[in-house]
Amino acid sequence: MSGSLRNQVGQLAHRSVLRTLRQPAQIVPAIVFPMFLLAVNAGGLKDATSLPGFPTDSYLTFILAVPFLQGALFSVMNSGTDLARDIETGFLNRLALTPLRGAALLSGLLAGAVVLGLVQAVVYLSVGLIAGAELAAGAPGALVLVLLSVTITVAFGTIGLFAALRFGSGEAVQGLFPVFFVFLFLSAMTLPLDLLTTDWFHAIASVNPVTYLLEAIRSLLIEGWNVGQLALGFAIALAIGTIGMAAASSALKTRLVRT
Amino acid sequence: MNEKQPATPMANRINVARAVAWRSIHNFLTNPAFLVPALMFPLFFFVSFAGGLAAIGEVPGFDFPSGYTAFQFVFVLLQSAAFGGVFTGFAMARDFETGFGRRYMLAAGQRSGIVLGYALAAIFRAFVTWAVLTTVALIAGMEIAGSGGEIVALYVLALLVNIAATMWAAGVALRVRSIQGGPLMQFPTFLILFLAPVYVPLDLLSGWIHAIASINPITALLEAGRGLISGEPVLIAAAFAIGLALILLFTAWARGGLRRAEAAG
Repeated sequence: MSGSLRNQVGQLAHRSVLRTLRQPAQIVPAIVFPMFLLAVNAGGLKDATSLPGFPTDSYLTFILAVPFLQGALFSVMNSGTDLARDIETGFLNRLALTPLRGAALLSGLLAGAVVLGLVQAVVYLSVGLIAGAELAAGAPGALVLVLLSVTITVAFGTIGLFAALRFGSGEAVQGLFPVFFVFLFLSAMTLPLDLLTTDWFHAIASVNPVTYLLEAIRSLLIEGWNVGQLALGFAIALAIGTIGMAAASSALKTRLVRT
Repeated sequence: MNEKQPATPMANRINVARAVAWRSIHNFLTNPAFLVPALMFPLFFFVSFAGGLAAIGEVPGFDFPSGYTAFQFVFVLLQSAAFGGVFTGFAMARDFETGFGRRYMLAAGQRSGIVLGYALAAIFRAFVTWAVLTTVALIAGMEIAGSGGEIVALYVLALLVNIAATMWAAGVALRVRSIQGGPLMQFPTFLILFLAPVYVPLDLLSGWIHAIASINPITALLEAGRGLISGEPVLIAAAFAIGLALILLFTAWARGGLRRAEAAG
């Protein structure tokens, strides 16, 4: 990376991080909402562990994987809404007049998502462990879990950037939230894939990438080190990030041409 | 010579309510941004809970006679009733934010007709949502063991929840008069719904969630609804009493909000 590009990314990253940290309205719901659902699900579905074939006797440990994905969904909204606001207020147009590179703009904007992902992962894991969840992979597993969580958050953040650049409106980005929630709902979110007894639901969950992101996180919590599931989780997150970044770069070019 | 008689306060209130309801219903039906989430959200929940959690019906001690799909249908029905009211509150808040609400206040002789109009629109929204939800549930193979009267009672119960939620959201919307009040309408509703026995009957809950669910008024509504759909009615009088009490309580809350909005000018 050249010095100029590094400087550009650094400036925008600094702005993005400050912007995220200065908006409690972005951070608080992304922490509180998943924790509330964690508490409700862990309490309400405790008896699911008595189903034959359930992988652990702690439903809290099983469901602890879900907040990491819910937090990543907030990243779509936050990174997308921030960029959409820059478009709506004309800030992006002003940036377009500078020699700023597109790659620097997109990478810098994702810095806020990295910080948010880090805060979320540490809080979710800490709350889960304090509440009695297990972490079979131990302390090194916690580091890998945080790394995987941040990777997923950034990957989802690229989709938010694409949506903002494509539609240019914060309202449109917010409208994506239910769409992404569907992916979470139609996955092995509340029960393992093998215990999804409804055929059509099992079929959808089997091809839903969110299922494998959840399984990668769960492997660290329940099994310990399952290299295959972890590799699949990281590969899916990186693939989403790569596709999202390519789409966002293309949308940025189109938007700048229009400008 | 025929002189036009001045409208009575009740007739005036009804006229205002009809006009407000017509506009709200028109907006709901013609704007996909309002219509689609209202229909899709309950369906997502129903599909996710009834489809993804079907194995919960095999948990030892779970003996709901009509099966897990019907068990979850009742929750989603009541949830959609409550959120239909909350979404109507959003529309009300948006109207006040854009200044349309003030024009309503200036034009209406009987201003309580404004709240009544939004409530009528919320009921219409709920009927549309329930029609779609019930159709999907029946296609998904939901078993109904309750009689015709019991099923009507189930929908009346949902109607009470819808009216109560509308009054709650209206009270917030009239006080805040901005869409920024949305989370204030939504979050407490979400909280009280999910602190009830959503996934399994109350008897199978334990610990803190059992303690909270036991004193949560929504629990009685849920258990009564589930009893009605399975043809084994329980807690009917308590559920209807709670539903009516919530309406009275939140109507007083909405009236207070209306006075605040009037005072704000």
